[in-house]
Amino acid sequence: MLAQFLQFLFSGLTVGATYALAALGFAIIYNASGVINFAQGEFIMLGGMAAVALAALGLPLPVAIVLAIGVAALVGAIVEKCAIEPAGRADVVPLIIITIGAALVLRGLVQVVFGKGTHALPAFSGEQPFVIAGATLLPQSLWVLGVAAVVVAALGWFFGRTAYGKAMLATSHNRLAAELVGINTKSVLLLSFVLSGALGAVGGVLLAPITYTSYDVGIMLGLKGFVAATLGGLGSGVGAVVGGLLLGVLEAMTAGYISSAYKDAMPFVLILLVLFVMPNGLFGRKSSDRV
Amino acid sequence: MNKFSSSTLGLLGLAAVLLCLPLLLPNSFYFDVAIRIAINAVVAIGLNLLIGYTGQISLGHAGFFGLGAYASAILTSQYGWPPAVALLAAAAGIAVLAMLVARPVLRLKGHYLAMATLGLGVIVTIVLTNESAFTGGPDGMAVPAFTLAGWEIAGEQAWYAVCATALLLMAWAATNLINAPGGRALQAIHGSEIAAFSVGVDVTAMKVRVFVLSAVIASVMGSLSAHYVGFISPGIAGFQHSIELVTMVVLGGMASVFGSIVGAAVLTLLPQLLSTLEGWETVAFGLVLMASMIFLPKGIVPTLRARLRRRAA
Repeated sequence: MLAQFLQFLFSGLTVGATYALAALGFAIIYNASGVINFAQGEFIMLGGMAAVALAALGLPLPVAIVLAIGVAALVGAIVEKCAIEPAGRADVVPLIIITIGAALVLRGLVQVVFGKGTHALPAFSGEQPFVIAGATLLPQSLWVLGVAAVVVAALGWFFGRTAYGKAMLATSHNRLAAELVGINTKSVLLLSFVLSGALGAVGGVLLAPITYTSYDVGIMLGLKGFVAATLGGLGSGVGAVVGGLLLGVLEAMTAGYISSAYKDAMPFVLILLVLFVMPNGLFGRKSSDRV
Repeated sequence: MNKFSSSTLGLLGLAAVLLCLPLLLPNSFYFDVAIRIAINAVVAIGLNLLIGYTGQISLGHAGFFGLGAYASAILTSQYGWPPAVALLAAAAGIAVLAMLVARPVLRLKGHYLAMATLGLGVIVTIVLTNESAFTGGPDGMAVPAFTLAGWEIAGEQAWYAVCATALLLMAWAATNLINAPGGRALQAIHGSEIAAFSVGVDVTAMKVRVFVLSAVIASVMGSLSAHYVGFISPGIAGFQHSIELVTMVVLGGMASVFGSIVGAAVLTLLPQLLSTLEGWETVAFGLVLMASMIFLPKGIVPTLRARLRRRAA
């Protein structure tokens, strides 16, 4: 009983950590620009696919991984420069459609170049599982959780201690005021897309050895990252991490105890129930409109 | 020119186009495209009442379209219901469902509303994919022809007549609605919910009503579309289809009935035009979405209208 529960918990936390990284990407861009970036899932896919492609060229795995994250960060910058910046201060709905357009372009390009096949990345440090109280834990899962923890800590330091991080936070609170004290909000916007691209790619690279990757994995991963970000409360860093882990565990428990066919539906059922009771998510600021 | 006569002129123009189109369409392939445009346009007008006029986004309307289609398909093929009865029963069922979810969902704002409606659509798709005993699962299911009192709607020309009539009725009803007190109340909600509330508009009730109306329209067109195509799969309820519907509304022009028709025509024709780009369709479609939203954020019809007015002035 316990072994089975632990097993589901491990796999849930592993996937949940990736959702948390995706949700952080959503939160960072949302804070910098008020945009929900529907291309976030494609950053995850890009990270995994680029790492696979670079490793296939004969590059050592660590080099391939670092380069893949760089590629996704660069693509993040391109998306911001070519899609978000030209749109200016467009309304919410056109911006959603623009980021969905960007997602389609990225997905389509990867499909043209790599085809529709499924690809796997070798595990970072072997496949020999650890056994804990009867449940098995893959070394790759430890990588996922460890790296996610390091990334979250690094982001906490970045936003709390560095001038750039504080400039981004200031922009999220009030763009005009930030501009008045000399913050270049344009570069904040660009940086937010670079960071989100890199974050998504980290998740994609970490997850690729466990769940495999293909041109279309970004759709569901992105939507679930959006669910995780909303669950925690849009723009909340803590909320994104908690939301991601919660979703991952819920999904694994649903698959284990209830029905594996409906595991993908659970995040959406959960978010509806949560929003019905708490319209701003678990940790979201209560908004009040000035009239 | 006042509002009343310009919308009457628009309706007459639409009727003329719909009447003349059959004379110009060379073969059944073009009829097929025209039918699909009409079906999408009706759904888009309904969605525009919600998004463009009332200011409430829905990223899950394909879910209602899909539910209507599947309800009709299952009731007619597995339970032997007459198609017209099945269509009405599906619409009634969707109305009840939409009414149940509308109140808690429409309390949400902005991206939270987008999330909730997106979630509803995704849940519908997953249910349709998994309940394969009824729906045929991911492979889809065949749908019998539409018969009414022994008469079967068969062939592209008959279907064109049905769908063109539906479009004309929808455009007429929508232009009437938005110029009526109820429609003005909807537009007031878009402007400011609190201001609308303070002048006596029952904001919640109006939002719920327009949500249910647009869902029922999507359901009815889903049913018709299922009978017309003769085959359905869960994709019609999916996220991508929802986005296409929203894009029709925005690209044609928010709060523009005729814009929705233009938007539906562009978005329906586009994949046909792009299908020659073997393999690159997705990339091209994405690029067109981005470019149109960057350069025409207000939509085609309002942009053209503003340009014409400037020239006239």
